[in-house]
Order: sequence, then C-alpha cells, then structure tokens
Amino acid sequence: MYRSAKYNEPLLNELTRFIKGTVKPNPSIPASLQRTNKINLPDLDETQLVRHFHRLSQMNYGVDTGIYPLGSCTMKYNPKICEEIASWDNFAYTHPCQDISTVQGNLEVMFELERMLCTITGMDYFSLQPAAGAQGEFLGMLLTKAYHKFNKDEKRNEVILPDTAHGTNPASVTMAGYKLIEIPSNKQGTVDLDMLEKALSENTACFMLTNPNTLGIFESDIIEISKMVHKAGALLYYDGANINAIMGRARPGDMGFDIVHLNLHKTFGTPHGGGGPGSGPVGVKIKLEKFLPIPRIAKKNESYFFDYDAPDSIGKIRGFYGNFLVILKAYIYITLMGGDGLKEVSEIAVLNSNYMKRKILDSKRYEMPFKELRKHEFVLSCEKLKQEKEIRAMDVAKRLLDYGLHPPTIYFPLIVKEALMIEPTETESKENLDSFIEALIKIADEDPESVKNAPNNTPVKRIDEVGATKNPILTWKEI
Amino acid sequence: MLKEIGVKDINSLFSDIHQKILINGIELPKGLSQQDTEKKLRTTACKNKSLNEITSFLGGGIKPHYIPSLVKAIKSRSEFYTSYTPYQSEASQGFLQAMFEYQSIIAELTGMDIANCSLYDGVTALGEAALMCTRINRKKTFVIPENISYDKKSVLRNYIKGADIDIIEIPFDIKTGKIDINQLEKIVDQNTSGVYIENPNFFGIFEDEVDKIAKIVKDAGSLFVVGIDPISIGITKSPGEYGADIVIGEGRALGNPISFGGSSLGIFACKKEFLRQMPGRIIGLTKDIEGNRAFCMALQTREQHIRRGRATSNICTNEGLCALATVTYLSWLGSDGLEKLSKINFENGQKLAKKIFSIDAFKKVFNGVHFNEFVVRYDGNLKILNKKLLENNIFGGLEIENQFPMLDNCMLFGITEVHNDTDTERLVKLLKVISNV
Repeated sequence: MYRSAKYNEPLLNELTRFIKGTVKPNPSIPASLQRTNKINLPDLDETQLVRHFHRLSQMNYGVDTGIYPLGSCTMKYNPKICEEIASWDNFAYTHPCQDISTVQGNLEVMFELERMLCTITGMDYFSLQPAAGAQGEFLGMLLTKAYHKFNKDEKRNEVILPDTAHGTNPASVTMAGYKLIEIPSNKQGTVDLDMLEKALSENTACFMLTNPNTLGIFESDIIEISKMVHKAGALLYYDGANINAIMGRARPGDMGFDIVHLNLHKTFGTPHGGGGPGSGPVGVKIKLEKFLPIPRIAKKNESYFFDYDAPDSIGKIRGFYGNFLVILKAYIYITLMGGDGLKEVSEIAVLNSNYMKRKILDSKRYEMPFKELRKHEFVLSCEKLKQEKEIRAMDVAKRLLDYGLHPPTIYFPLIVKEALMIEPTETESKENLDSFIEALIKIADEDPESVKNAPNNTPVKRIDEVGATKNPILTWKEI
Repeated sequence: MLKEIGVKDINSLFSDIHQKILINGIELPKGLSQQDTEKKLRTTACKNKSLNEITSFLGGGIKPHYIPSLVKAIKSRSEFYTSYTPYQSEASQGFLQAMFEYQSIIAELTGMDIANCSLYDGVTALGEAALMCTRINRKKTFVIPENISYDKKSVLRNYIKGADIDIIEIPFDIKTGKIDINQLEKIVDQNTSGVYIENPNFFGIFEDEVDKIAKIVKDAGSLFVVGIDPISIGITKSPGEYGADIVIGEGRALGNPISFGGSSLGIFACKKEFLRQMPGRIIGLTKDIEGNRAFCMALQTREQHIRRGRATSNICTNEGLCALATVTYLSWLGSDGLEKLSKINFENGQKLAKKIFSIDAFKKVFNGVHFNEFVVRYDGNLKILNKKLLENNIFGGLEIENQFPMLDNCMLFGITEVHNDTDTERLVKLLKVISNV
C-alpha cells in the first residue's frame, strides 16, 4: 500500500528565531529611504534549510512519483536531457541585451523552433513571446483586435465560445474587452452548428475552440465551422492545450484556424514546475503576421537578429523574448522526437486514452456521456455512484490518492455531472494504466464511508478548502 | 490494446478526422538519439558566449547575480518540478507550504500584508496592477513615470486595452533623474486610479521624495503602486513603510538564472483590504478534518477556472518554480545577508561611477543618488566604444538613446556583487584607453 512521507514540518519562521532589531542607517542613502528596522527574513543554516525543503519535496507528488492523469494538463514524463541542456551556462547565463553576435545560438534555437511549430500546426508564423497558454490566448485576442481595426471593422466586439471551453478562454476574452457569448454543446458533445449560426453576426470578432475539445472529442464538423466563421467575417482561434492528441494526424492550420496557441509546457518536453514557468507561443496565418509582437527573430546572410521594424505590431506582451529556457527545452524535445516520434506520441496518447476508457466503461461502474470515440482524454461521470452510494467525484479523487495515484481533473468540463477528466498521456505503460483502471473499479465497489473519508495515506487528511477562503490566513504574520 | 478497444488498427482511432484534413506524418527530420541531440546542442551552445566569458556591465534592470548551489539543488527536486498546479492539495503539501512561505517572505520584503505566489514577470505585474487599481476604485487614469523601460510601457498599453484606461506619463527631472513632482501634482486628480513609481527608478536613481508622492496620491483618493528592485530592500525602506498600496517587482535576481530574459518572476503584493481584487494564485493556511495544519489554494473564486469570464485575471500557469528558488534564496541570505548584499551592490555602484566619471570623456547625467545602475554620457562614439569593449570581452553600458531621445550618447551601466575589483579595473582602464584614442 502506498504511503506518502509525512513530517510535521514547521514553517521557516518557526525554525528560526527572528532577530528583531535595528539596522545602522547608511548615511549615503537618502534619509527618507534609509532602512532602520531589520527585515523579518528567516535565518537558518544551510543544513537546516536543505532538510526543510527536502522534507517538503517528499510531501509532494510529481510525474516522477507516478501517473498524473489530469485532464487537459498533459502531465507526461519529460526527458531529463532537456533539463540538463537548459542548465548549461551558454544558455542559462546569457543576458537578453548582450551583443547579438554573442547569442547567435539562442536566436538560432528560437528561429528554428518557430519553423518547427509552423510545420506541426500548419500555421505560417509564430511568436514565442507569451509566458503561458493564457497569455497566448490574450495575445490572440489582441491580434484579433488589431486585425479588425486594421480592416476598419471595429464594431466587432463579441467572441463566441462553446460551453466546454477551458476557463482561461473566457477570462482572456473579457480581459481584452470583448463581450463573451457562450453557446451550449449539442448531444454529441461538440459544437452545435445551429447555435453557432445564430450566435455569429457582424459583431463577431472571433470564435475560440479547442480541437479535440475538453471532452476529448474531435470536432468533426470543423471544416463547416471554419466556413461559417469566416463567412461571418470573424477569425477562428485554436486553443492548443490539446495538441498532444493530433500531431502528425491533423493540423489546426489545415482546419482553417487563423490563430493558434500552444502550451510548450504540456506537449513539448517541459515539466510544469508546480505551476510554471510555461510558454504559450502563438501561431498565425499570413494575414495576421504584421500584428505579431516585436521583436521578430530574423535571419540575414546567415546571421540572426531581432527585427523591431514592424509598424503594425501590437508591441509586447511580456518582458524580453519569452521564457527562453522553456523554449529551449521544446526545441530539444522536438529534435529528440523528430516528425515520426511526435506522430507516435499522439498515436500512443490516443491509444492509451481509448484503452482506459473502454476498460472502465466495460466495468459498468462509471458512465461516459456523449460520443464514444475519444482522443487524448475522456470524461467520465460519477453521477451513478452519487445516486447509488453518495460517492462523489471529489471522493473518488481523494481515494485515488490512497492508492498512490494522482487523481484526474474533476468537475470539468462543466457539462458533465460529477466529472472525472482523464488524460493518461503516452508515457504511461499498459501496466500503469491497468493499475489505475483497477483502482477506479475497486473504489466504486468499496464501502462508501471509506471512500468519503479518504485520503488516509497522505501527509494530511481531507483539507477544509472552504475554511481557507472564509478566513484567509495568507502569511505567517497572520497566524 | 487495440483489440481490447475493438478496433483493427491505430488509424481507426483517427477515423473522426475528415479525409480532407487527415495527414500521416510531420515534415520534420527524424529524431536524434540523446547522445546526438546533446552533441548538436553543444554546437548550438558554442555560438553563444555566456557571462562567464564576457563580463557584463549592462544596466536596464537585468543583471547577473550569484546563485548559491543549494538553490539549484532544491529546485532540482523532481517532486517539485514535475508537479502541476496544486489542485489536489493533500498530495501537494510540500509545494503549497513552500508557496505559503514565499508569500510570507514577499510580504515582509515589500512591507505589504499579503502577496500572491507569482505572476509571469515584473513587466506584466505592472499591467495587472493597473487593471487592479481600476477594479478597486473604478477610476480610469493610470499615471506612470516617463522613465520606465520600453517593455513595461508597451506591455502596460496592451494589458489595459480591454479596460478603457488612459495612461499618463510624468516626465523626469532632467537634473536629478527623479520623477518631476510638480508635474505629478498637476496631473494627479480625482480620476487617477493609481500612480506608479519605481524605486530605484529606470536610471538607477532613488526616488527619495516618496512621502510627498504618497501624500499627493492619497489626497487624490488614488492608489500608490511601487515597483522595486528587491536587492535594494536590504538597505532601503520597504514601500509599505512609505504608504504603498500595491508593490510589484521583478524577482529574477533572487535565485533565478538570467537565462536570456526568461525565467522571470513577477512579484505582486498588496494590502489585505484589496485581497479579493488581486490577480493570480494565493495559498492559504487551513486545517484538515482532524484539525492538523494544512495548506491549499485560497480564494479560487477570483480565478479563471472557477469564475471564468469574470475572473480578476486570466493567469493560470505562473512562475511557481522561480518562486520556490526565491524563497530558498532569501532564507539562505537571511536578513543580515540581504542587508550585506544590498550594501555591496550599492557600494559597487558608487565606486564604479566615481571611477568612470573621473575619466574626461564620461559625464554624469543626473545628480540623484543611485543604487547599482547609473547613466553616463560619452563624448565619443558609443557604438565604437561598446564594440571595442566587446573585443576585450566586456559588455559596456546599455545604450538608451533609442528609448529616451533626449539622452543622446547615454548609456546605463549596471554592477552587482558578482563584479570584483579586477573586473571594474579592467573596464575603467579600457574606457580610459578607448576614449583617449
């Protein structure tokens, strides 16, 4: 049986005795700014400090610990070689403003990666500047604005989304000042063409879609959707969080998408770092190229340079050129995998997902609304368990932790009741998939009380998350 | 597995993709072995020169800093770096506690009540701060100094595009290099949502009239946003001590590699009364069902995955691992360590400036007190100067004329604790020789 390490590890401030005191003012500093009181920083020796964080790490579950099938998060194993190369001083210890002749390697990586991503997605140009997927979406909305403005079509103030969209989509839309129009999915779990037709108008700036969608279903009507959106004069945006499903099988560019963002930290060899850094490059069709952020990476006479000469560019969306080390890891990953390898990645990801789905459905413990064939992920419903045994998706998730397995995404997408959204990825073996399936089946058959009382093998028992919001304690000063 | 699924081959799993768009392969070269990949990347890496080979005196807000080995060791624990955003808190207690500690330390550093657990970088933090001010007081004009980086201005203008906010720039005083307080007083009024200043500012100069600025801002019923270089806080007051409402900054210097401007860390802290308008993820302390101390994400109802179109920001992925490096780094330094580091940076800045200004061809531009960066005007040709320095494996000051046309022939020098006397003597000697030719 799995058991996580458990320490009652004190907080840093409890491990140290703050030496409250004064600082001898520095007369060279303007008097109004001179520090007088010591800052309350922890003061630990190196041994203590290393043990503290080492223990904390042992109370944390990562992909290197075990299967991590969070739907829409693509938590796969990433080759260690990417980490190692990205730590070399010739990459990690370079300055963004140093003379361009001394960073030709960095620019080559960026230039080449842009082209690799174009090939994978079928887009014409890429910008690597966005720091994460959500920032890519935001950039996509800014490009949409710039495009319609350039065409003197500024009345377009609405963006349409299906109700299965990732949460960042609507947030990015409103952040860019657009009105949000959400359309319900049809009975197959895909875009309802009648609803889309009704929603499209001369006010539509863009339709945002991920394909396969968050149910893991490929939008088979995509060619028709693209026609409808473009006929209405709007742009079609692709949320590439789910690109792990279709590499080498279909390209958003061929489907008719005008703007695409990718999450390099999902599909292309970068671990998530407990929440970041990520990278969310944006690709566009040629009609949108001139609006891309500056600087663009350009090449002349075999040498690379930053091109700032782009009068129609939207400017910048983050400092410097993007999360360079993530960009570098993606470049290394694609170099390792090659075209054939990436195709195989998607094939195995889809194979694993459909295998798990079949076995779990055959067990008849869980249900799966909507269409049968899925891509990289599938969404189960625990509604039956809830009705029969009062076991909810949350309980199943927490009980999985007792088995040493990371739970799937839960309660998303919103159109599936008691949702378990499972994305196994291509890097899990059949044996690992079988153990996960077995655990899910076993949990459904367990005494409901033991499921509802889970987890028991984790460093703490079930956490009062509501309390954390009702009475927020957000720093050690507030304890 | 295919048999269990009930299909005859892998192609059947892609049968829902229309023939018109179905492809079979990617036109990229075949994959390389790990060994060959490493070899290829070695060749690429050799086309770069790292700051080990070339000593950088570039200013502009990003400079090399020493990273103690334990920071790298902690960051390399793969339980941390291969984990996702801690949605399943019971399995993420380690990272959650580290982020709670990060928030606590940032609150101490900035003099604020609370901090989030990171935004993308210090640049986007300014955009988020401007949006937050308007969410709090519904006012629509955000005031910034003219002398902030081009990146910040451009990103800010993009961040506020959807919120109908106007930006007003306050010029700097050409003698001191500080913000022109008279202009500020004239501009700030009842419609001002927030006023942003940087300390030290883009020219490296301390904005010491903070009490006056704070009063102007408060009197107008506006919010005071301060951008910091966290390294300077060891010897200067925290912005909370002079009335800041929101404090932002770039945290890269705190234990993260310079990495060509990647690996950034957006510091974001504020007063607790503004908690519900704060962007980004926040970790809270709570209990498990047995009453044990536990950590989880708090106030998720502000965030995009719950509130969707009405979230305070669209941010999801942040810079968690960089925040981990920073909490490790600051705990290693401790309060005395940060004070010492801060002092070294300040003193190195003073020493270098003195030496450079003693050379005839290099003139002081501003008389305000600077931290570890300063503006220098050169009598000769800047491009040639920097080229010659580069031939001697030195990056000279950052040319800033393109950003500030009135500062013709000016450059921004930067120095930190990584520079020793040999480095500066070499630079000064070369400056003398080159300018004398």
